[in-house]
Amino acid sequence: MDYILDGFRQALYLIFTFDGEVFNAVFISLRVSFTAIIFASIVGLPLGFLIAVKNFRGKRFLVTILNTLMALPTVVVGLMVYSFISRRGPFGFMDILYTPTAMIIGQFILAVPIITALTISAVQSVDAKVKETALTLGASSRQAASAVIFEAKLGLLVAVITGFGRIIGEVGAAMMLGGNIRGVTRTISTAIALQTSMGEFAVGIALGIILMLIHLVIVALLLNTIFPHFQRR
Amino acid sequence: MKKLVFLILVLTLTTSSFAFAETRLKMATTTSTDNSGLLMELLPPFEKQFDIRVDVIAVGTGKALALGENGDVDVVLVHARSAEDKFVSEGYGANRRDVMYNDFVILGPADDPAGLKEAEDALKAMKMISEKKISFVSRGDDSGTHKREKLLWEKSGIEPSGSWYMETGQGMGATLQIADEKQAYTISDRGTYLAYKDKIDLVIQLEGDTERLANPYGIIAVNPAKHQHVKYVHAMALIGWVTSVDGQKIIADFKKDGERLFHPMAVR
Repeated sequence: MDYILDGFRQALYLIFTFDGEVFNAVFISLRVSFTAIIFASIVGLPLGFLIAVKNFRGKRFLVTILNTLMALPTVVVGLMVYSFISRRGPFGFMDILYTPTAMIIGQFILAVPIITALTISAVQSVDAKVKETALTLGASSRQAASAVIFEAKLGLLVAVITGFGRIIGEVGAAMMLGGNIRGVTRTISTAIALQTSMGEFAVGIALGIILMLIHLVIVALLLNTIFPHFQRR
Repeated sequence: MKKLVFLILVLTLTTSSFAFAETRLKMATTTSTDNSGLLMELLPPFEKQFDIRVDVIAVGTGKALALGENGDVDVVLVHARSAEDKFVSEGYGANRRDVMYNDFVILGPADDPAGLKEAEDALKAMKMISEKKISFVSRGDDSGTHKREKLLWEKSGIEPSGSWYMETGQGMGATLQIADEKQAYTISDRGTYLAYKDKIDLVIQLEGDTERLANPYGIIAVNPAKHQHVKYVHAMALIGWVTSVDGQKIIADFKKDGERLFHPMAVR
């Protein structure tokens, strides 16, 4: 039982002494997951919006598939990407296996379905009257679209935060594609897996606490930046 | 506030490109060399002297060799002699060198329910565990340790199966902890056992069968004839360093609680 308390103590110690190795893992986690989430948002948000507002054949099927892909196992994504970028795979010549780039690709694939599917439901849940009202008030279709996006903004933000939450703490793909190389591809989550397998439970718990704190800060920052008046509502 | 978010984003996205300027060498190795902490002592002097960064990918011996076959790494440091020889003879590896050795030990609960204290050698020990169906935890991951364990079962004419035989599919450290939680027998290299000794209650129940429990490590460069892109020259520099007088001295001096974990083999 001691190691749980010990974990909290170690977490404080590691944070306030700016432990180089922890700092590095935090940095790598953020860099990889930020990059992945930015690209995933660039793809997922517009794609989700288009799917939500357009009517076309097979739409239901597509939405079902996207919702299924939200549950893509991380190790499956890891294995899939691995087989493409291994030297024996079709993209082996690019030499990106065991680099942060490989991890970004894996996390991107994990995040896109989540952002897309949640965007679809956020946009669809905006009352249809918003669009109609905007149009009757003389808005162009582009202005009507931005009115819908404005109404859906909290849902869109939740989509991005959920996607980010999925990938920042992810181990399966990060381990397989990054290789858990110290100082290069060792993220907080793969470091936790390693410390646990080495029997260093306290350090593992400490890293877990640090990971949660980081996520807390990011979510708080995002909410406060985009919704400065959020708390007052 | 917006500026702060923006600043963090820009920082994380841009600083990355500076950090990885020097030459990078990818080495696949076993969890036993990495988890024991040896590589943290052995590699930094090399990295400093040659300005090469060694990226260590710690997996089981089986996977390490597979990564070499695929050309995903430049050099491998493993321990499974017959698999290593196959790796070289099939042309995937070039220039295998002996690096160091330690030995395997059979660990078990302190009260020794299988009675291994009576066993004369490793084969007899395996027989006693299987006959009494006392819990045994296997790596089950095609690592060097797992390969050795399978060889011991084979030589003692036993095909282990049943609820007493558990395969973890994980590294040595994780397997030791699982065996400890289950108070089961297991096989470990001595180095990892010594590194974990304080964290587990299992004790050595059989050791010293030099014929069957010796555990030599070899380092092999991935053959540039198979994979033109591998950094063969840098891999050879690393092999040279590890087998040099200086490198071998670091191995000899690497101790845990005053006990040596690996014995140098290239220079004695």
